[in-house]
Amino acid sequence: MMDDALAQAVSLLASTLRLAVPLVLAALAGLFAERSGVVDIGLEGKMLAAAFASAAVAHVSGSPWMGLTAAVAVSCALAGVHAYACVTQRGNQVVAGMAINVLAAGTTVVLAYAWFNEGGNTPALPDPARFRAIELPLAAALSGVPVLGRIYAGVVSGHNILVYAAAMLVPLVSFVVFRTRFGLRLRAVGENPHAVDTAGISVSWLRYRAMFACGALCGIAGAYLSTAQGAAFQREMTAGRGFLALAALIFGKWMPVPAVLACLLFAFADALQGRLQGVELPGIGVVPVQAIQAMPYLLTVLLLAGFVGRAVAPKASGVPYAKEK
Amino acid sequence: MTGDLPRWVDLGLLPLANLAAALLISSLVVLAIGIDPRAALAILVHGAVGYPEAWGYTLYYATNFVFTGLAVAVAFHAGLFNIGGEGQAYVAGLGATLVCLGLDALPGFVVVPLAILAAAAFGAAWGAIPGWLQARRGSHVVITTIMFNFLAAALMTYLLSNVLLDPTYGSPETRRFAPHATMWTFSELAARLGFQAPRSPLNAATLLALAAAAFVWVYVWRTRAGYALRTVGASEQAARYAGIDPARTVIVAMAISGALAGLMPVNEVMGSQQRMVLAFTGGYGFVGIAVALMGRNHPVGVCLAALLFGALYQGGSDLAFEISTINRDLVIVIQGLVILFCGALENMFRPALAAFFSRAKAPA
Repeated sequence: MMDDALAQAVSLLASTLRLAVPLVLAALAGLFAERSGVVDIGLEGKMLAAAFASAAVAHVSGSPWMGLTAAVAVSCALAGVHAYACVTQRGNQVVAGMAINVLAAGTTVVLAYAWFNEGGNTPALPDPARFRAIELPLAAALSGVPVLGRIYAGVVSGHNILVYAAAMLVPLVSFVVFRTRFGLRLRAVGENPHAVDTAGISVSWLRYRAMFACGALCGIAGAYLSTAQGAAFQREMTAGRGFLALAALIFGKWMPVPAVLACLLFAFADALQGRLQGVELPGIGVVPVQAIQAMPYLLTVLLLAGFVGRAVAPKASGVPYAKEK
Repeated sequence: MTGDLPRWVDLGLLPLANLAAALLISSLVVLAIGIDPRAALAILVHGAVGYPEAWGYTLYYATNFVFTGLAVAVAFHAGLFNIGGEGQAYVAGLGATLVCLGLDALPGFVVVPLAILAAAAFGAAWGAIPGWLQARRGSHVVITTIMFNFLAAALMTYLLSNVLLDPTYGSPETRRFAPHATMWTFSELAARLGFQAPRSPLNAATLLALAAAAFVWVYVWRTRAGYALRTVGASEQAARYAGIDPARTVIVAMAISGALAGLMPVNEVMGSQQRMVLAFTGGYGFVGIAVALMGRNHPVGVCLAALLFGALYQGGSDLAFEISTINRDLVIVIQGLVILFCGALENMFRPALAAFFSRAKAPA
């Protein structure tokens, strides 16, 4: 009985981690954009385009690394368009993000349909063209050790390399944003671009760099979806994860570690929902799947409205910066 | 920014230049899949307006886009960006469906207007809550309406697959509405008047869309409330000095915006499908954003842009049917590019045009 519960917990936590990865990467991507003062509702589109690019290139080349490179390139190109519209042209940032989303949703399907002839998806990738699970050292040997060994073997070990990359990117992004000169300027330009400009630092160039960082992270997230977690591109495969990541970012008050914790919470709810389907809970009855799916969005609405805590966005986010002449 | 160009350039040439840029990039996508864009365009135009049925479908799609486009436009005049048209229309479908199914013992001339009112009311409520949250609680309407789209989807999936579902069908959809509890289709109307019209989903909701456009024009430019709305959109501070309550105006604007989006199911659910199916909104709420941006948030512009998008949707279906490697989603690509060029990059060509016309005006 005890053993069974542990096995359940181990598998629940492992799938939480797997589901959290794209959210974490996208939330960190959004962090760069929004901290620099660019509201990014286009995370979804950048991730989707990246997912298609990586699956398509991995299919043709047989290498997941080529796929990842293509994913990052495509996502950065879209981030560049986004930056050009929002920073250089000082266009409406929300409209630009929306354009990226719609453009990616359409283009991926049109190209996949024409190039691969599988109804808007890419062909299933063989194992060598994907990022496969990695057994960490001693995992098999330690799996006999009660609790800790089981957790090491079942939760920590056995993921693909992008999961570990995401885990390492969290402290790295934290460090960059809070401990480097670029990070200081990034945070400043999202709060008070005038001050940054007065100090002789280019607001536009900072925001462009932030958007490229955002693009690169969205690219990894997209590659994860189609070449690590999945084995092909499917139409609309991001399924709202970009918006969920945005919600997590708000939930984490635009701070890396709290945002990642929010991603883990949302991923946990996602992992739980599959297991709760049709299960009678004592005192509650069967919880509809949709109620669990809706939870992150509802929580975000309540948080933004100040009913549970308060989230305050970077002050200049959403406002194009016009240099005084 | 508007002062530096002649009016006809600002309202006519600049939007056309933006549209041309969007279509040019779209044709590059068509080239990328190995098809001659000119041949594709010919099929698309013929498919959209080349024969009577095509017109029916084009106008039917356009009707959806007039509603969702007007919704975005009204909110925009109050300085709000309502991305929630999709969710508002979805929930509004529930209002229409409840009346059409629950009160179908009543005669048609009672049920149909009641159902239209219910749709508008449900849409208005789903729009007013984010409005209230922005006005009174300080949360941003963009993020809240995005979240409300997902909440609407979850709620409606639950209701359609557990509560409203007709068990005789395999898919989550309600039972068919009684014939008298639906909108008159154009072919029915034509038959009553004694001539024959081709079969299409075109129905009386198109007239409602034109009325809605007229209403928006009168409301925004010819009423006190509309003046308040535009003042708040231009400057909240100025509005407050003028004795306008910005919070109230924001909530009302979002309610009206939601109600307009909420009329979309009158065309789609009560007119075309005559029952409610899962995800009947089909992304039309998002098309409204492109339509409003292209139509410069003016009802006339919105109607013209909606007609263009209606033609694209209908012509796109024919195109996908004729050329097997082209997929209907090509229309989504064009939609995305229109949002990009007519929205985010709307002023890209302005400096060049301004330079050209100032030189033309003042010859050396």
